[in-house]
Amino acid sequence: MTNNETGRKIILSVKDVLAGYDQVPVLFGVSIDVSQGELIAIVGSNGAGKSTLMRVIAGLMKPSGGVVEFLDRDVTNIPAHKKVPLGISYVPEGRRLFPKLTVCENLELGAYVENERSEISRRLEEVFSLFPILKDRAGQTAETMSGGEQQMCAIARGMMSKPKLLMIDEVSLGLMPSMVEKVLDALVQINRGGTTIIIVEQMVQEALEIAHRGYVVQTGKIVLSGKSQVLLDSEEVRRAYMGM
Amino acid sequence: MNTFLQVTIDGILNGMIYALVASGLSLTWGVMDVINFAHGEFLMAAMYLTYWLAFYGGVDPLVAWVAAGLFGFMLGWLVFRLVVVHCLDKTPMAALLATFGLSMMLKNGCLYLFSPNYRVLSGTWLEGKKIIAGSLVIPLPQLVTSIFALLMVSALYLLLRKTRLGWAIQATSMDREAAELMGIDTRWILTLVFALSGACVGVAGGLMPMYLAVHPEVGSLFSLIAFLIVAMGGFGSMIGAFFAALLIGLVESYAGFYAAPVLKYVAVFSLYLVVVQWRPKGLFGW
Repeated sequence: MTNNETGRKIILSVKDVLAGYDQVPVLFGVSIDVSQGELIAIVGSNGAGKSTLMRVIAGLMKPSGGVVEFLDRDVTNIPAHKKVPLGISYVPEGRRLFPKLTVCENLELGAYVENERSEISRRLEEVFSLFPILKDRAGQTAETMSGGEQQMCAIARGMMSKPKLLMIDEVSLGLMPSMVEKVLDALVQINRGGTTIIIVEQMVQEALEIAHRGYVVQTGKIVLSGKSQVLLDSEEVRRAYMGM
Repeated sequence: MNTFLQVTIDGILNGMIYALVASGLSLTWGVMDVINFAHGEFLMAAMYLTYWLAFYGGVDPLVAWVAAGLFGFMLGWLVFRLVVVHCLDKTPMAALLATFGLSMMLKNGCLYLFSPNYRVLSGTWLEGKKIIAGSLVIPLPQLVTSIFALLMVSALYLLLRKTRLGWAIQATSMDREAAELMGIDTRWILTLVFALSGACVGVAGGLMPMYLAVHPEVGSLFSLIAFLIVAMGGFGSMIGAFFAALLIGLVESYAGFYAAPVLKYVAVFSLYLVVVQWRPKGLFGW
């Protein structure tokens, strides 16, 4: 399948997904398409259902309706650990590093599905060149790092499986502005390297500024979507999310 | 002085075996938060296996421990798949009660099949052999069992700390969902951990009939002491469990010799009370 607008191959297609927790519905028929090489921002306020959508795509949650297709294959009911080898990597909200393991061990686990030793070392070098600070921290436990360093480590860990699609949830949460900028820059760099990325953000402006396209989620539905610049200029987005 | 040394050696030998039994428990408790009440009965079942292999098959415990270890591994695997898996993500009481029921079943099953008689193996290769150094006497069956225990515990420790599988086990214990996102099949990891825990007591149970009588209640005391060791060492800390086990072996030995044999468990449990007063999370607890 290819996208009519971009002419690129669609790698992820979510159709009419319904999902919720214990009788409480959260997503009411969400559909998104992501093409090869895109950087997509999914924005919206707290509780809109952005993370639930990510959890469904990653396989941590089964949707009660709808379909998730990845690389033209129905992956709706495939559990998370089997989606990693397919090329889906999800950096969850709150980083979720393994606190008592070292940075290096965390990164190694990111490449858990890869068995080739030389390939793992090569990827380690790659993420170390992206986030040099992690190399200095390699031997210390993840819990002893600052929030920003932990976020870098979480992204690096997500990269270690060499994903085709990298999803990052609330990258800015708890980071100081200068660090947010640094981390977002790194994401742009990763995207230029060819990895398709979805970022989920409450910081709407910052996210849309680096993304190609965006989706605005409100109470479990996509209310707006389109090119980032169009969304940034739209009256609704400016009023609802940027206080302008 | 020599008596003291002798009593110390006895305590260390016992402590090593406690360490092996407790490390199996520490694994399941620490990694998956499942309290396996049938842990002692796994030990008892493995001891019976060795006993009957020796009795009917003439297989010495020094060989039979391999079978007992495999038996423990499979028993753990089965118990996880048939019982414990249904208790995960429910209240902790679920697994506790289910495994308590299982322990009753195993204990009474053995009571029914094998009678409450104490069964002592005779004619094993190491029977009556000892190392004598001056006035010190080290019985070989106990020494060999302790060395095996030390090797097993070290291997387990290295597995957890130095291998990718070990990191995956630790990751599963720290954050199951995040572990899934690494591509780790956490259900398989949990099954493996339960099986490894069974293998630990299996090996211990495979060697212990060399010097200890087998009977349906033999697991109960070991299981109680193992629980104490895990709690005292700090949940999920293998190092903590190891030192707590040594400490308990020593205290038991000293109290038994210098006070009175009937007081040895009084001393052990008092020590536990003192330690948790001072460090509620155990010696090496987080």
